[in-house]
Amino acid sequence: MRSPRQADAAGSALPTSIYGFILRWSWRRQLALLALTALSLPVYYASLQLPKLIVNTLSGRDTPTSLFGREVGQQGYLLVLCGVFLALVLLNAGFGYAINLMKGRLGERLLRRLRFELFQHLLRFPLPALKRVSAGELIPMVTSEVEPLGGFVGDALALPAQQGGTLLTALLFLMVQAPVLGLAAAVVLPVQAVVIPRLQRRVNRLGKERVRAIRALGDRIGETVAAITEIHADNGARRHMAEFAERLGGLYEIRFEIYRRKFFVKFLNNFLNQLPPLFFFSAGGYLVLNGALSFASLVAVLAAYKDLAAPWKSLLDFYQAMEDSRIKYEQVIEQFQPTGLIDAEKLLTAPAVMPRLAGSVEFCGVPLDEAGPHGVDLVLPLDRHTAILGDAGSGKIELGLLLGRLAEPRAGRLLIAGADLASLPYGATGRRIGYVGAAAALFAGSLGDNLLAEIRRVPVVRDDEDPGIDAGGGTIDYDAAGVRHADGLRERLRQVLAMVEFDADLQQLGLLGRLESMAEAWRVLAAREKLGELLETEPSPLVERFDPERFNANLSVAENLLFGAPHDGAAPVEALAAAPSVRRVLERLGLVPDLVRIGRSIAATMVEILDDLSPGHPFFERFGLLAQDELPDWRRRLARAGRAAAGDRHAWLGLAFKLVEARHRLDLVDAPLRRRIVAARQALRRELPGNLRSRIDFFEPARYCAALPILDNLLFGRIAHGAADAWRRLDAAVARVVDSGALGPVLFEAALKSPVGSAGALLTPLQRQKVAIARAVLKRPDLLVLNLATQIFDPAAQTRILASLRAEFAGRALIAVLPRAEPAAEFDRVLTLARGRVVEHGDLAALDRPDSAFTMLRQAEAP
Amino acid sequence: MSLEEEAELLRRIPLFAELEPAKRKLLAFASERVTFAPGQFLFHQGEMGDAAYILAEGEVAIIVKTPAGPRQVARLSGHQVVGEVAVLGDVPRTASVRAETPVVALRISKEAFLDLLRDIPTMAMCMMRVVAQRLENTTAQLRRALAERGDAA
Repeated sequence: MRSPRQADAAGSALPTSIYGFILRWSWRRQLALLALTALSLPVYYASLQLPKLIVNTLSGRDTPTSLFGREVGQQGYLLVLCGVFLALVLLNAGFGYAINLMKGRLGERLLRRLRFELFQHLLRFPLPALKRVSAGELIPMVTSEVEPLGGFVGDALALPAQQGGTLLTALLFLMVQAPVLGLAAAVVLPVQAVVIPRLQRRVNRLGKERVRAIRALGDRIGETVAAITEIHADNGARRHMAEFAERLGGLYEIRFEIYRRKFFVKFLNNFLNQLPPLFFFSAGGYLVLNGALSFASLVAVLAAYKDLAAPWKSLLDFYQAMEDSRIKYEQVIEQFQPTGLIDAEKLLTAPAVMPRLAGSVEFCGVPLDEAGPHGVDLVLPLDRHTAILGDAGSGKIELGLLLGRLAEPRAGRLLIAGADLASLPYGATGRRIGYVGAAAALFAGSLGDNLLAEIRRVPVVRDDEDPGIDAGGGTIDYDAAGVRHADGLRERLRQVLAMVEFDADLQQLGLLGRLESMAEAWRVLAAREKLGELLETEPSPLVERFDPERFNANLSVAENLLFGAPHDGAAPVEALAAAPSVRRVLERLGLVPDLVRIGRSIAATMVEILDDLSPGHPFFERFGLLAQDELPDWRRRLARAGRAAAGDRHAWLGLAFKLVEARHRLDLVDAPLRRRIVAARQALRRELPGNLRSRIDFFEPARYCAALPILDNLLFGRIAHGAADAWRRLDAAVARVVDSGALGPVLFEAALKSPVGSAGALLTPLQRQKVAIARAVLKRPDLLVLNLATQIFDPAAQTRILASLRAEFAGRALIAVLPRAEPAAEFDRVLTLARGRVVEHGDLAALDRPDSAFTMLRQAEAP
Repeated sequence: MSLEEEAELLRRIPLFAELEPAKRKLLAFASERVTFAPGQFLFHQGEMGDAAYILAEGEVAIIVKTPAGPRQVARLSGHQVVGEVAVLGDVPRTASVRAETPVVALRISKEAFLDLLRDIPTMAMCMMRVVAQRLENTTAQLRRALAERGDAA
């Protein structure tokens, strides 16, 4: 059940000003904060009053000697006053603590709310608007840029109230003590408030000018270098010197002006600050001497005045922060409010009942073309399969987007099963319509997570005061997939993945995955033996097997030394090889100097070839030898190679450990060194201490190595780098042992568990596309829209996959926007578009004549 | 053959001759050295392209499917690039390539190739020149073929 307030909050736009936002989401808490602040002020006032009493006690005037009817004496009275002072100090500090804590919480709360709202707005972006903005701009807005706003939110009302209150209290105190002195102090404040910021602004402007001048100077130097030929040829050096000198002069003037003004501001500020005390001493002193003012009052006035400076400065700073936050907020908000924002209510609510779509989709005057105002009128039956053809500007992609509800009709009406599509909640259409575009996206997680994403129940998002999620989401909706239990779902998954020809990929992913339980390990070991025999018959080496007696060029140096893989995936094998106990053995066998030499040449080569790649270049990760941010360190180490620091040797060793000779092809490990590495391997095997030994899963011909993927266990080796067509050749052999060893289910489970990487980066684009189609099929939509979704497949595979999908969607709607006309020949109906207009639409039988647009398109494609 | 030798090999290929030495090494490092036995295919017509090949040693035949069966249209040897069209254009392989002798090639995956092009403007320029040249060759061939047909008619 949603409260009216929730609905209101979710449905409307973000407030345009930061104060609007703050009040909307926290006015109650802000009031509480203000109340607390107000409560703290009298305490503060009292703590100002007290020193006066204490000083008066010392000077012996008006000292009561009794308290609540009890005789305490002058000293006793002093003690009591000091006790009260201590209490007030504690109370003041306590208020400060409580207020700060409340502010902090308030700030964090609103920051969470702001990020939540921004993300929700992002989800509500219409597709075209999202294409116009770059993720690189939006991400820092939601993550880092709004961060300071959180700090400001807590201060937004409380700080001016508290500091202003403090200031006024202090001023009030001054006025009460000595009205003349109070006025004198108050007069200075407006001067500081108006004049100083104005002067400061001028300094800031000069600062910008200075940056510009320096940039111009830089340009000039660059130009000189580029045009050095001309300068030498026409003897222009002196002229250029003169010109440069003039620029330097200009820069000097600006910088000096900055100093002059900056220090003048400082001077003026100091002077203004000291004016009132001067006045207090002269006029106040005069009054004290005349007996018109008590000495204690003057002391108190001076103390109060000192207290004025701090809140005053806070207020000035606050004004600056407020301006910054206001601008920042407005800038961020602006980016998140494109026109055509999707209605939140429609996007985010899920109706309980989702009626099946039947009948037809009707386009009534919906324009497909940006350029033309004319709309199309169309009826696409929902129990037939329609192919949509046309060239790039035909509007076929727009049609697909409209059907998938990824674009709203700019005019006219789009009816589905008799209802206006725009009026239906997205929860209903998303459930009933499947859509796959040309380059589908996956989410970080396992392959299984991605496949089941659309049939999982969504956790309920609480959107009251603090956004969050309720437990209970994430379970699988078996009904949605049309199965009754987990086993049925597994079978169904297998079926759907077969439709998109993911079988081979499934096997491959499974092979790269890990075994869930060791109960099946024996199957793999049996298959290992058989595969070994099969691979013997290969003409050229495909796999370099793990041989305890030989160096393996397809393993890293560290793997060759330890001849095993770490049990816990957390520490890479190179880290284990860096252990002191390993180092000692390597030292003794004299391997360290060789490895240091290798590390150094790796670094030299890498620094040379990776030097000026753009930040975040994928090569760093792909080569896996050194990280981009470490480049400067390596350069430094190389530069001081002669007098290496002790830490450097460690670094060189670490780099050498990562080298995979066959992959990196740096030709650094020669035959004698290989033999010595194998010797070290055997020594390590004997001498490794127990704690290290227990962390390594050693390679042994008769044992399953749980730390390695299934494939490595089957091969008991690594696929040789550079073996031509390795996967295809392996596939046949592996498929044979998988079949005969009944490894299929094991691999299937392992494949579903395998991670797809951020945005599916660990899969190939082809695999991603197949997964996306399977994901859409699995939820059994009434209408599946393939918007160039099969474009990436080669023509033969495209035809096969479309045929499987047509069989699956018998009786349901399949509407496929196709890149080429040929596969359309298998569909029930064909719609051909050109420049946003319908050229031809009808049953295939009627279009299969020589003069139809469809026939002509097909002929145009024929080789 | 080591990385140094591969970089040296790339220098002798006109396409990469203008590249800075460090970038040639990077290209060599980003690719994989593959050997093919005679008769083995580098790739088949109609597949989606996932890599381009730089021929280092040996000879290959370019084979195109025709209605009359497969037909060899060209033979290439050393210091040539094959398969870059499918990688650049996201189109299926336009021909099959078969090793005629033992072939050593540098195989550069589509992602690595595109990453390199993106980062090294000189390489992108070189690539454009090659593609333009190929286009020119094809157009010339087409012109000749059309002329011959005109003569025959």
